[in-house]
Amino acid sequence: MAADQLVDEAKEALHPLLAPNVGGKDPLPAVVRDVVDTVLGFARTLRHAGVAASPDRVEAMLSAIGHLDVLDPTAVYWAGRLTLCASPDDLDRYDAAFAAFFGGEAPHARRSTGPEQQRVVQSAPIESSAAGEDGGEPADLATRASGDEVLRHRDVGELTIAERDQLRRLFTLLVPAAPMRPSRRRRPAAHGSVHAARTVRRALRDGGEVSRLMYHRAQPRPRRVVLLVDVSGSMSPYADALLRFAHAAVRARPASTEVFTIGTRLTRVTRELRLRDPDKALAASGGAIPDWSGGTRLGEVLKAFLDRWGQRGTARGAVVVVCSDGWERGGIELLGEQMARLHRLAHAVVWVNPHKGRAGYEPLTGGMQAALPSIDHFVAGHSLAAFERLVGVIERTPASSPLARSRRASGRGRSLQEDSDA
Amino acid sequence: MLQDVSEPTPPSRPVLPGDPDALAAALAATGYLPDEGLTTAAYLALVMHRPLFLEGEAGVGKTALARALAEVTGRPLYRLQCYEGLEASQALYDWDFGRQLLHLRAAEAAHDGHATEELEASLYDRRFLLARPLLQALEDSPSVLLVDEVDRADDEFEAFLLEVLSDFTISIPELGTVRAETPPLVVLTSNRTREVHDALKRRCLYHWLEHPDFEREVAILRSRLPQVTEELARQVARATAKLRTLDLLKPPGVAEAMDWATALHALGARELDPDTAARTLGAVLKYREDTDRVQALARGALFGGG
Repeated sequence: MAADQLVDEAKEALHPLLAPNVGGKDPLPAVVRDVVDTVLGFARTLRHAGVAASPDRVEAMLSAIGHLDVLDPTAVYWAGRLTLCASPDDLDRYDAAFAAFFGGEAPHARRSTGPEQQRVVQSAPIESSAAGEDGGEPADLATRASGDEVLRHRDVGELTIAERDQLRRLFTLLVPAAPMRPSRRRRPAAHGSVHAARTVRRALRDGGEVSRLMYHRAQPRPRRVVLLVDVSGSMSPYADALLRFAHAAVRARPASTEVFTIGTRLTRVTRELRLRDPDKALAASGGAIPDWSGGTRLGEVLKAFLDRWGQRGTARGAVVVVCSDGWERGGIELLGEQMARLHRLAHAVVWVNPHKGRAGYEPLTGGMQAALPSIDHFVAGHSLAAFERLVGVIERTPASSPLARSRRASGRGRSLQEDSDA
Repeated sequence: MLQDVSEPTPPSRPVLPGDPDALAAALAATGYLPDEGLTTAAYLALVMHRPLFLEGEAGVGKTALARALAEVTGRPLYRLQCYEGLEASQALYDWDFGRQLLHLRAAEAAHDGHATEELEASLYDRRFLLARPLLQALEDSPSVLLVDEVDRADDEFEAFLLEVLSDFTISIPELGTVRAETPPLVVLTSNRTREVHDALKRRCLYHWLEHPDFEREVAILRSRLPQVTEELARQVARATAKLRTLDLLKPPGVAEAMDWATALHALGARELDPDTAARTLGAVLKYREDTDRVQALARGALFGGG
């Protein structure tokens, strides 16, 4: 067990601190203070490592240590791990922070968000010739409005920085609506099935006479939407726009939307994107994404997603939106296999390919070919107008018809519902 | 020790284990073999009166721990299985409306001259209250409360679970507040099908359960299934451990290993050979893709070898 090794290292660090207490039955106040200071310092290190060790959790750790042997590093390790961590993702960070703090290493700060924020900006190709047009004085309202209209249909990969800025403002107006699904939770309603408890409760008020039947019915709930955004090099002109779209989706339905970035590895950025301000949210998620503008291993990353999240429930019955150009460095067999698995779990699979917006685009890349049989909706994602259409697709999300499914299973033809880009 | 933790304990109750090691020994006596982290977690849950939030793969023994703890502490176990749409009336309490109505009719028929207020008060008597698991656990204190697969319930349910777990009271408007004399030992389990809200987790001790190591798994098989031979238990544990490294859709848990050993024993197998292994694979692997993959691999490499 990795814990043993950590504990050995911690033993040395803890020993001088705790030495005065050895043999003493009553803990001295000074020792108590030392322990509290040590725990507080450790919590600080842990927060730097990215575990949200809130004050009440730290209090719980102190209380837990109080119930255990404070001289035993193993006990200290477990007391902290049980009280300060909240998810499996925290455990590795906790182990690292424990080793660093009790092993005498300097606490290493989390990577600052500065450089990553720049990376987001870097993805804009600079076209100096066109930059002057929109970069000057703000135009009057009429020209601005028509400019917005033009901008809506422009490919986001070919925009100038100034145009991009303006488009960002337009992005904040995007309100992705969630698809709905029936739920098992029932609410009082005018029609539906008879709610026996409420009916009798009302009868009790009327002296035991059932004068009126009360009803309840199942209420629709938002269906989960999972966005998988490709942030590899080939997608870099679009990654910023896609993440802005994801931010709008998360802000609209924080509880039922999940966002992951895919590239050479899987990163969950839902938490970061919950920040209200789009720029801060993007900067925070930029800080969380280690594989920005790297290669693509779609199949492997998709498998990681399905293993860790999808199969457990995140993808079950959800609308899964994959935003990628389908350039795959790994084997395409794996991608095809994992896409089929995803399709079995999800309510509907939507693939957003920015290149599909170009005239004469054919899904010829190996990755796209492998994924096509498992896609319900294949849409473009290159302009604001395309994103507006995507909102509609996600909201409607008719799962592919049984006929289409059977046709796909037997390998005859394609069930693809292509959304036109006129 | 930083704090004085001794509490007045009624003499009628079985003595609670005084330290983690004693708890581990007591759990082992019931057939549950915890590792160090889990022992510490369970011990702290007992002495700190904090709910224990257990996450881990399916079949690593989350639910079994609650049963074992109930046995060790001699407390009754109340189990609440969560599902979507679970409501307060199924988790906390409900009024027995049918009986209330009958009571009302009977009172009317008897014309026993009760004042209206009195009649109304008699309607909301404890005997018309149906206690559901959470209320039962508080009333029958001290107890062990198992809230199973809390991730399956929706977030509305979490809100009132939070209320119950923060001060171990349930207020019933018509009747008053029910408070547990001793807070119940609460075990919450989750398979991580969705992220449980932070507010709930903050009140709990969090533990991630791993698959047991080889020796522990053999010990678990031996202690739970005494009829299975040592040799078979070792082979099943070894093969299960190998299966877990194969990157399967659903790696087998301890529960599957026990099922497998039971299945092999039922077939009269004294040891695991490739042929019986292939026939009983359905006890460990629950996906066709996994079965295909394992069978495609050299069987000898997987199940053979001493």
